[in-house]
Amino acid sequence: MDVKRGRMGARENILARIRRAQGRSGGEPTAAETALVREAIARHEVGPQPPFAHAPDRLAQFRKECERLGTTHATIASRSEIPAEVSRYLAAGGLEKRLAGWHEFAGLDWAGAGIAFDNRPATGDDKTGLTGCFCAIAETGTVLLLSSPATPKVTALLPETHICVVGAARLVDTMEDSFALVRSEVGDPPRAVFFVSGPSRTADIEQTIVIGAHGPYRVHVIVVEP
Amino acid sequence: MQVQSMFFKQRASEKLGDALLQGNMKKAKGKFVDGRAKAVAEFGVWEEVRTHAAKVRDRALANLDAYLVEFERNATRRGAVVHWAETAEEACAIIADIAARNGVRKVTKSKSMVSEEVNLNERLEAAGVQVVETDLGEYILQLAHEPPSHIVAPAVHKSKEQVADLFQKAHGKPRLTEIPAMTREAREALRGHFLTADMGISGSNFVIAETGTTLTVTNEGNADMVTTIPRIHVVITGIEKVIGTMEDFATLIRLLPRSAVGQTIANYLTLTTGLRMPGDADGPEQMHIVLVDAGRTKLLGGPMQEMLRCIRCGACMNHCPVYQNIGGHAYGWVYPGPMGSILTPVYVGLENAGDLPNAATFCHECSVACPVKIPLPELMRKLREEQFDRKLRPWPERMAIAAWAFAVKRPALYAFLSAMGARVASWMGGSEGLIHSLPGLDGWTKGRDMPAPQGRTFREMYRQRTRERR
Repeated sequence: MDVKRGRMGARENILARIRRAQGRSGGEPTAAETALVREAIARHEVGPQPPFAHAPDRLAQFRKECERLGTTHATIASRSEIPAEVSRYLAAGGLEKRLAGWHEFAGLDWAGAGIAFDNRPATGDDKTGLTGCFCAIAETGTVLLLSSPATPKVTALLPETHICVVGAARLVDTMEDSFALVRSEVGDPPRAVFFVSGPSRTADIEQTIVIGAHGPYRVHVIVVEP
Repeated sequence: MQVQSMFFKQRASEKLGDALLQGNMKKAKGKFVDGRAKAVAEFGVWEEVRTHAAKVRDRALANLDAYLVEFERNATRRGAVVHWAETAEEACAIIADIAARNGVRKVTKSKSMVSEEVNLNERLEAAGVQVVETDLGEYILQLAHEPPSHIVAPAVHKSKEQVADLFQKAHGKPRLTEIPAMTREAREALRGHFLTADMGISGSNFVIAETGTTLTVTNEGNADMVTTIPRIHVVITGIEKVIGTMEDFATLIRLLPRSAVGQTIANYLTLTTGLRMPGDADGPEQMHIVLVDAGRTKLLGGPMQEMLRCIRCGACMNHCPVYQNIGGHAYGWVYPGPMGSILTPVYVGLENAGDLPNAATFCHECSVACPVKIPLPELMRKLREEQFDRKLRPWPERMAIAAWAFAVKRPALYAFLSAMGARVASWMGGSEGLIHSLPGLDGWTKGRDMPAPQGRTFREMYRQRTRERR
């Protein structure tokens, strides 16, 4: 079979079948139909949202949802305190004081906190990964990571422990708010728009929840609240 | 997956007699139903969001061709190649061709029901490609050489003891007894595959027209490995999955995990758009999106179109008294429960799945639980009507329905016949009011007694009461 030609035929046949079934003639959407669809899209209509998504204390709502998901959290007053908080967290969990982290944290005083910082994307061998985030969502206790050369997704995914730094000013109420932020600050979404809500889990054996399926066993969020 | 739906009755009675399966199903039932109920109760605006979600899905379905073309345009703009497949066979051929042209030897897969529909694994394996399922449930079933029995929890019919046996055999390690240890062992067995696969295949819960985005929803994080690490990412999904915007996705994702398992959100939601960008440390160099029809257009343009809203949460089967008792395998194809009782006959032919629209009590639990308000019992009834019209049911059943229809259209005759029937049945029930056997309907009375009516019809009693009150 000539795969290429077969495929082109398939596209035309499917579109024509859709149009026939729905009582529209022709093989392709008309310019007017396309314009209507684009208009509907451009409205970016937001649906109803649960009342708790717009909590008076956004940070408290974020923390509450983090706890529900099994994400631990800490709050510090400035970025310079990150190494000390990471050190405290790793020591409390009996974890190795070595991590692979995003470039934005390379300039902090890691040696002073007794931590070996590898400024590179995490591999399958790293035990802890340190990332920032694009923003965080209070409604669900979620952090949102966008892929870019300086923000590799694997660092949040491959290690057993994921530590994520969230600037308090980057906390929004809802997922819709996060999309508006992506649109206004980045434009087109990058390759990966990655929402992380707590440690990896599965319930595939007897519906029993087990933490640490393929991704991290632990997610620790450090909120920087100046 | 081979269609076995014509053997529904036989398989259903086998499953009812399978003590192990009955035990496994009982354990699952409470967790799904109670979990959803709790999540819905604390949500606050469930009905409002349901209504909006149905609208969002309907809007795209009403102009499906324009939304698909808009999606194609934007995905292509970002470097993805969009393929169209009219049939299951075509979808497999496209993906096998991508694998062959790129010298692919190993594929990691995250869970995709469309890939089960089209038998993708079998086709790739026949071409010499190793396929590794990475969702824990799907991995268990791949080891067991079984199809999934639930669209969200594919191995819900297996006990931990059965999983322990499978793992011992496959991993060559001492037999485990605890679920966390089994999960850890699967994690270790699969990690190497994630890092060495040439191609990752995922489904896509929705595709977003505005941005040309595909997406995955998982708790395990396996889809993220599959869509991030290999050099080629292939998405296989149905043409009905298109929605307009990210905002539409935000609405639907409030419903999906709550309806499925009672979670407020799934642990990993990943929106994937196009290729890795210059300088990116991860992400694929090629992205292919295969849009599959394989029967979906047959649902368009009539009352059945509402079925295409389905977001594959599994709530309808979790709440179905029939599914709860027989499990998913009895249904004989990829989609079990009420949604499957509609999709399977339409996709594979009503003549091959005639029992499925009848495998329902019409209790309406499914349509109440459905997050996008699909009137599942009404759609099943439409299929029953089609069966009657096409003479696909056995003749005694058709005769009985024809006779009933004749009577019910004549109120005086119907009143007379039902009054007679009530008296005869009451007499048959005797002093204990139970009928032990019904001539011609012994399938019903073989295992249980039928409670006898009290001798008078509702209309008779109503008339008498009205007279007394006057």
